[in-house]
Amino acid sequence: MSSRFSSPCVISRRSLTGGLLAVALVWPVRAAEREGLQQVILGFTGGARPRPGRVTLDIPSLVENGNTVPVTIAVESPMSEADHVRGIALFNEKNPQPHVVTARFGPRSGRARLATRIRLATSQTLVAVAEMSDGTYWSDSAEVIVTLAACVEF
Amino acid sequence: MARTLINLPRNPKRGEVIEIRTLIQHGMETGYRPGPNGVTQQRDIIRSFTCLFNNEEVFRAELHQAIAANPFLEFSMLVTESGILAFTWSGDNGFEQTETRALTVA
Repeated sequence: MSSRFSSPCVISRRSLTGGLLAVALVWPVRAAEREGLQQVILGFTGGARPRPGRVTLDIPSLVENGNTVPVTIAVESPMSEADHVRGIALFNEKNPQPHVVTARFGPRSGRARLATRIRLATSQTLVAVAEMSDGTYWSDSAEVIVTLAACVEF
Repeated sequence: MARTLINLPRNPKRGEVIEIRTLIQHGMETGYRPGPNGVTQQRDIIRSFTCLFNNEEVFRAELHQAIAANPFLEFSMLVTESGILAFTWSGDNGFEQTETRALTVA
């Protein structure tokens, strides 16, 4: 994967300009990816900016195999008819698709907790957002380092 | 029929919050991977999962490509009475499977 600059001993002027051009081309794409994550989160919340807190995103900080990563999302809530968690969504930063899972809850759920296993294409940040019955949004994020990526060949 | 695993406590008490664990055998092909012939394989994933208790929704989830193969989901339910739990997975290429389990309150 990192063989783009594999032979740095002899750098010709052409390869140097080519390299700079490549960096210049890659940079805005990365910025656009971050923008995309924010856009997707705002799409879930309907434009509201989620506040940090109440949500616990539990994921190993160092992952050996990106093909199955256990993740648990829990939200503090009494889960009563008047005050419960309506939904939990998990988003990623650098997989080909920003969505991971969107779950819907109700007072019947008893507890706002979800555990699953996900794929991670590379080291990145994950964001969990919870929607409360009063219309507020809360979030938590976690940084994950992935040693062996899922779906290496895109 | 895909193989499924559904784990429920045997005799929960009324008012107890139980954990339900489900797993279904499914490759969750992302649509980004090349197949043996070098051509990118078509997406084939489970897109949604629902859990109904006596035909009332307990839990629902939309799954995407970032869910690992053989999707595992663990969630909770407040036990109020005995009844039937119905788990439905549906996805690409007309995939749909429903499993039912009886829940008996102690």
